Amino acid sequence: MSNRTEVEVRLNVNGRDYRVRVEPRRTLADTLRDNCGLTGTHLGCEHGVCGACTILADGEPVRACLMFAVQCEGMELRTVEGLADGDRLHPLQQAFWENHGLQCGFCTPGFLMLATGYLEQRPEPDEEELKEMLSSNLCRCTGYQNILKAVKQAAAEMRG
Amino acid sequence: MGVQYYNPACMKPASFDYLAPRSLEEALDYLAEHGYEAKVLAGGQSLVPAMNFRLARPAVLVDINPLSELDYLEETDHRLRIGTLVRHSTFEKPVCQGPTGRLLAMAARHVGHWPIRVRGTFGGSLAHADPAAEWCVIARLLDADLVTRSSSGGRHIPAEMFFQTVFTTALEPDELLLEARLPLLSSDTKVGFQQFSRRAGDFALAMVAVAFQIEEGKVMNPRIALGGVSDRPLRAPEAEQMIEGADPGDPSFRAAAETAAREIEAIGDIHGSASYRRDLVRALTRRAFEQAITIS
Ligand SMILES: Cc1cc2nc3c(=O)[nH]c(=O)nc-3n(C[C@H](O)[C@H](O)[C@H](O)COP(=O)(O)OP(=O)(O)OC[C@H]3O[C@@H](n4cnc5c(N)ncnc54)[C@H](O)[C@@H]3O)c2cc1C
Ligand code: FES
Ligand code: FES
Repeated sequence: MSNRTEVEVRLNVNGRDYRVRVEPRRTLADTLRDNCGLTGTHLGCEHGVCGACTILADGEPVRACLMFAVQCEGMELRTVEGLADGDRLHPLQQAFWENHGLQCGFCTPGFLMLATGYLEQRPEPDEEELKEMLSSNLCRCTGYQNILKAVKQAAAEMRG
Repeated sequence: MGVQYYNPACMKPASFDYLAPRSLEEALDYLAEHGYEAKVLAGGQSLVPAMNFRLARPAVLVDINPLSELDYLEETDHRLRIGTLVRHSTFEKPVCQGPTGRLLAMAARHVGHWPIRVRGTFGGSLAHADPAAEWCVIARLLDADLVTRSSSGGRHIPAEMFFQTVFTTALEPDELLLEARLPLLSSDTKVGFQQFSRRAGDFALAMVAVAFQIEEGKVMNPRIALGGVSDRPLRAPEAEQMIEGADPGDPSFRAAAETAAREIEAIGDIHGSASYRRDLVRALTRRAFEQAITIS
């Protein structure tokens, strides 16, 4: 398999199959946005630092700007578009809303996916762990306190 | 140190041919065929940023991620064998009993952030050879044996020879790093790892790893390795020599720290001057010894 020109790639995003034609150099983030029309995944720095592009690949948070779409066949990808169930927000989305966990909202999809991956693996995190996890992503507006509050509330809710 | 890229004009990689080998042999054949034109794609957490900035423009990428046979951990002959594709996050919990596993876990939490650790690989970090990379410092501390393979054969490269300068190793363009072998330190070995970075997850301005034993009340077989202060991970041989046989405790730890700070050739850059880095080495060496003696 070798091609600088477009290749066909099958991506599974939020449980749905997308067939796209992309050049190998097309990052996963750009492919999600431009080829799949899933613009909820944001691009800030495009070199792995800001975390705005964080999505889940096979349940683990990854920087979508540092992967190529051609690498992702067969992976189960999840983006912010897959969080809500119809009109019902995911507990994390609801908690961000209720706790003012966002201002401009640019960083929010990345934080939501990061925290989703985290809480699914560790339903009972302690505060220090949460802070360390949240330091993965950058937010220029909130100062993080309300994001932390929101994730704690969502954690409690998701435990039921 | 760490990678500093700044070129706001361009954030998309140049085009390349993507090759997904189905076996190690196929990967080696691709590397032999394409030589300098090709780059191995492992976790992509250093290579892809460099490509996005077009600091790297490989014509061919050989993606080793599908080669699950390169993702293994084995203990044989008092050695931990780490397949090149083992992800950083694997080491967050000790991967083996004893000080080697503990030391790897101490360092792992400093390697970038969780999503970086999920993708980035042990071998990729060594091959990338950032002087401030935790795994490079551990490899230097423990005199790792680095096992490589190319279509024309294999080599064992000691860590000391492997790391040549910033982002430069002894690897030939057609050579794949296959495995890193670390000694399984004896259970009485004390280990410490300390680093300083301005923000959590950033590359450290300086880091220090130590390992030593205490026999009949004296420090024995001390090892001190430093990262982020020079163009490659370093040992501090004079400091090691002076603390060998000393009484463990604050005075000898301080003396070793002083010597380490003096003997190294620190490099200054926009993140910190050489003398600031020396100060960090002094403080971190002392703390690493203290940590080793208190927790292990
Ligand atoms: C935001 C951010 C923060 C980071 N912080 C840190 C940090 O604090 N500490 C740290 O150590 N690292 C840090 N990193 C880098 C990260 O650890 C990378 O994972 C690592 O440097 C490279 O490993 P990789 O598997 O991602 O390799 P790649 O990016 O895929 O490859 C890196 C280089 O190694 C070569 N290569 C990879 N594997 C092999 C092989 N088996 N044989 C031959 N050549 C090979 C590639 O061709 C390339 O030149 C950070 C990265 C980011 C994006
Ligand atoms: S856009 Fe991917 S980490 Fe910033
Ligand atoms: S809400 Fe604006 S960057 Fe986080």
